[in-house]
Amino acid sequence: MKIDASKPLEYSTEENSNKIFGFWVFLGAEIPLFATLFTVFLVMVDRFASGPNGKELFEIGPVLIETFLLLTSSFTIGLAVHAMRLGYKKAMMVFMALTLLMGLGFIGIEITEFVTYVHEGATLQTSGFLSSLFVLLGTHGAHVSFGFLWGTAIMIQLWRQGINPATANKAFIFSLFWHFLDVVWIFIFSFVYLKGLM
Amino acid sequence: MDLDKFKVHGEPLIYGAMISIALATIGILVGLTYFKKWGYLWREWLTTVDHKKIGVMYILAALLMLFRGGVDAMMMRLQTAAPEMKFLDAQHYNEVFTTHGLIMILFMAMPFIIGLMNVIVPLQIGARDVAFPRLNAVSFWLFFMGAMLLNISFVIGGSPDAGWSAYFPLASLEFSPTVGNNYYSLALQISGIGTLITGVNFIVTILKMRAPGMKLMKMPMFTWSVLITNVIIVFAFPVLTVALALMMFDRLFGSQFFTMANGGMDMLWANLFWVWGHPEVYIVILPAFGIYSEIIATFSKKNLYGYTSMVFSMLIISLLSFLVWAHHFYTMGQGVMVNSFFSITTMAIAVPTGVKIFNWLFTLRKGRITFTTPMLYTLAFIPIFTIGGVTGVMLAMASADYQYHNTMFLVAHFHYVLIPGAVFAVIAGFHYWFPKVFGFRLNERLGKHSFWWIVISFNVTFFPLFFLGLMGMTRRMYTYSKETGFGPLNMLSFVGAVGLAIGFVLLVYNIYWSTRYMPRDTTSDPWDGRTLEWATHSPMPVYNFAVVPKVQTRDAFWSAKHDKLPLFEDKITKIHMPSNTGKPFILGVIFFFAGFFLVFSMWIPAIVAGVGILIMLAAMSFDRDHGYYISVDEVNATEKKLMRGETV
Repeated sequence: MKIDASKPLEYSTEENSNKIFGFWVFLGAEIPLFATLFTVFLVMVDRFASGPNGKELFEIGPVLIETFLLLTSSFTIGLAVHAMRLGYKKAMMVFMALTLLMGLGFIGIEITEFVTYVHEGATLQTSGFLSSLFVLLGTHGAHVSFGFLWGTAIMIQLWRQGINPATANKAFIFSLFWHFLDVVWIFIFSFVYLKGLM
Repeated sequence: MDLDKFKVHGEPLIYGAMISIALATIGILVGLTYFKKWGYLWREWLTTVDHKKIGVMYILAALLMLFRGGVDAMMMRLQTAAPEMKFLDAQHYNEVFTTHGLIMILFMAMPFIIGLMNVIVPLQIGARDVAFPRLNAVSFWLFFMGAMLLNISFVIGGSPDAGWSAYFPLASLEFSPTVGNNYYSLALQISGIGTLITGVNFIVTILKMRAPGMKLMKMPMFTWSVLITNVIIVFAFPVLTVALALMMFDRLFGSQFFTMANGGMDMLWANLFWVWGHPEVYIVILPAFGIYSEIIATFSKKNLYGYTSMVFSMLIISLLSFLVWAHHFYTMGQGVMVNSFFSITTMAIAVPTGVKIFNWLFTLRKGRITFTTPMLYTLAFIPIFTIGGVTGVMLAMASADYQYHNTMFLVAHFHYVLIPGAVFAVIAGFHYWFPKVFGFRLNERLGKHSFWWIVISFNVTFFPLFFLGLMGMTRRMYTYSKETGFGPLNMLSFVGAVGLAIGFVLLVYNIYWSTRYMPRDTTSDPWDGRTLEWATHSPMPVYNFAVVPKVQTRDAFWSAKHDKLPLFEDKITKIHMPSNTGKPFILGVIFFFAGFFLVFSMWIPAIVAGVGILIMLAAMSFDRDHGYYISVDEVNATEKKLMRGETV
């Protein structure tokens, strides 16, 4: 495999640069996926039947913590990539671990939120609004959970192999994924929670 | 557990299907063991990451599905051949037309096209493989397992029965209580993920792996059509993913997306389905346009007329394909403005399509035309597809559509676009590229026989349906009374269907006959081709090109032959190749079981299978196999053998 030293490590082989481009295309497919879920949600938002609507259900506190965690984790994964470019394996691992921990915190709060909703009688089966809410949030949450497992697998490889073209490439692609989840969350925060609380 | 829900009762036909499936499976297993082919199967096919072999497997699967879908079609035509037929009951008929649609679109047309894409695109752009060979194997196995999952529904639990479009509320648990539509949501989901991955893979392959000198506007037209198709795939398939997931939630977990009460909205399904469904039509038709463009240029011995306008018309079609979905349900009452908008966008598609038709005609003009089998299919396509297109414009008129909606007129229309548009194209492409893959041509005489059977019978089968539609026969009705007067035309259509079946049997017989008796093609270029796939040996070695070609013109190989522009200037260097792996196959098998368990709401096995999927993904991530190198000596030895016409 030819390694091009003039490029950052994660882009340094043809395979690596193809993988990054391919992942951008995949994120291109994630956009219509989430766009469809948002559309479904916006169609369903006033169809809450006999169940609660957003205003009655949502609490701003936990949502703000979730937002804070996810946005900060996007910052730390950025720092991890920065450390990777400088070749600091230890710093990179620490920042990745912080990112994943915040991701885990996010998932924890989201699950507690779901449990609270269900205890208040707002379940997936209650209304069109709640179905679309749970599936939209759940899809995002599933992405974060998958990201947690994926990130852990990459960290193990980093720990074993150090920073090389293959692991750098994986970590960089993971960072793209993580930033994307953050962007989706900003939309969820604005169009689901803030709009719902208004 | 209640074993009853696995059983399908009553029909002798179903017992027949069960027995034939069991016998075929036993036959394959015994055959493989007797001829000691298990190792061969595993090493050469199940674990392969070679784009050519994956392409061949796609096409084989598509041919199998063509016959499965074809049998469905024959049963439907037989059941409606005469008034008050007692061949199928209503339920059985519903299942048959549903699986016919699903199989023909998703498990025949799509894989056939993806198969041709796999075999040809890397060769046309002078690459050694696709961008992500292992992922390509994942795509194939997900498609294949999805297709198998849908096929076993017929004997285990019952097939989907709410039409291939599965409109709600009919497809809901309340009105379709069997597991049929669970199969629908899960089988399509699994194969849909495979298709999405294919989309990503080919976009990267075409944009990043072209031979030096091949600018975008120098790509062969088939490669262009594949690029645009894959962009459509990447933007349309996620919508299907969501729609199927919501359907699964409604049916398995009692959510309220498409229900009639509690805030659900049944029309949401129709919208989501067709936001994917209409682009899907272009996903199968645009590559067909690419295939025809290659064939017309080759057999007219001219370069393609209006290359740039061909590219732009495809781009415009791909854009418009996302703006027409509501024309599938003008009658559902979304108001005049909405209907007018979709009416206009739909008619607008006729403009770029018309541009393409004229470009083909101008390519033919003053060409030295040779009437080979692929060329015959192409020439037949132009007028037949035009009939389909014109009736499409008729259907596009919202007010007139109130008359045509859900009648046999519609059925005739979409068969008139999809059969010449997709089926003729893949058959033409199959004949055209067959010698590339196997090193010998299909017999022309038999090919032409089956061509005439297919093309004439096609018209006999589907032209009467236009009139039946105008007479008021709705689609999907399983029987009718004598007084309706539908009998004679339906009988004619059945006769045509028998002719079509004969045509397809002849096609398969041709493959068998040619394999046994056709002489080897020693030229590697039997049709005097124009594009790079003909510049290497037939069948091509695993690395495709010993030396990566340098491209200067659009018809690179033609220029190399006739203008003496050099193609292969570099020295042979060692070649990097990906290694085979069994993981994609195993992943596919686990997906199959995950899908099956979910269909029957068997939660614990489903969770176990889900964990299995994650473990396989992790195993693929931890895999440190970075392929192997073929040394210069080995390449030289292989090239020498191929020059002498030996197989390697």
